[in-house]
Amino acid sequence: MTDQQEHISALKDIRNMMERSSRFISLSGLSGVGAGVAALVGAFLAHREFSRFDQRSFDRSAEYSAGLNGEADLEFNLIRIAVGVLAAALASGFLFTWLKARRSQLPLWDRTTRHMLVNLFVPLFAGGCFVLSLLFNSPALVSPACLVFYGLALINASKYTLTDIRYLGYLEVVLGIVNLVFPGLGLIFWTIGFGLLHILYGTVMYLKYERKSA
Amino acid sequence: MKNPIESLNKIFDSRIRLGVMSVLMVNERVNFNDLKQMLELTDGNLASHLNTLEQAGLISVQKGFVGKKTNTTYQATATGREAFRNHLNALEKMIKNID
Repeated sequence: MTDQQEHISALKDIRNMMERSSRFISLSGLSGVGAGVAALVGAFLAHREFSRFDQRSFDRSAEYSAGLNGEADLEFNLIRIAVGVLAAALASGFLFTWLKARRSQLPLWDRTTRHMLVNLFVPLFAGGCFVLSLLFNSPALVSPACLVFYGLALINASKYTLTDIRYLGYLEVVLGIVNLVFPGLGLIFWTIGFGLLHILYGTVMYLKYERKSA
Repeated sequence: MKNPIESLNKIFDSRIRLGVMSVLMVNERVNFNDLKQMLELTDGNLASHLNTLEQAGLISVQKGFVGKKTNTTYQATATGREAFRNHLNALEKMIKNID
């Protein structure tokens, strides 16, 4: 009897070590919710910029002759909003995940964290450069490119963290491709992908993994 | 029928060695400090267990440098993987038999 318990506990140990050493499991669902909220605020601000730009387009010819460039202004403001959203999303991502790691007494920074981040940020960085160029050359593709690159980055990183994130990745890629068919609705697709899906995914993850242990 | 106890590998009686092998089964190559952090061990303790595993031919050791610091990495050998799998199967069988 004690022998059997010994074997069962050995198997549990093995499983635990395999999982803990290969996957970053402290990623918190609340991080996703935080990023989603940041995206919604960002989308609202971007929407305001667009309508302001549209209003001004009535007297664009006057502006042009006065040496003002409303379009460059718009692009500059959008980049500023995007940087703000990124910073807020990363901050909330870090905060909730740090809290979760502390609660479960796991190290926040180890090889699994490094692996996950490298696998997430390599495609994300390539996508970022790509999107920045699209913003000036063919803005209609900005939102689909954001969604597709982000989805691929998530699928890539899912090998090193909770596998559920893979499904979020698939959804983002599909949304990005559908967005190609509706090029004028970029902001709406972007808001669904980065705002609503994040909040939905984060809530599901929180209920699945964290509420019981909290 | 063969008694499954015979297939239990004596080397894996130690939870630490079992832990090291578990980590090396799912990670291709791991360095000393990462192993130490994951298993929450002291240098000396981990080193002696790694030594035992290496002597038995279950893991291989590569010494290298990162800058001027030594960076020793460990990898499970084919023999090691096989031995670990057999050990797992034996554990499973024993649990099922007693049920």
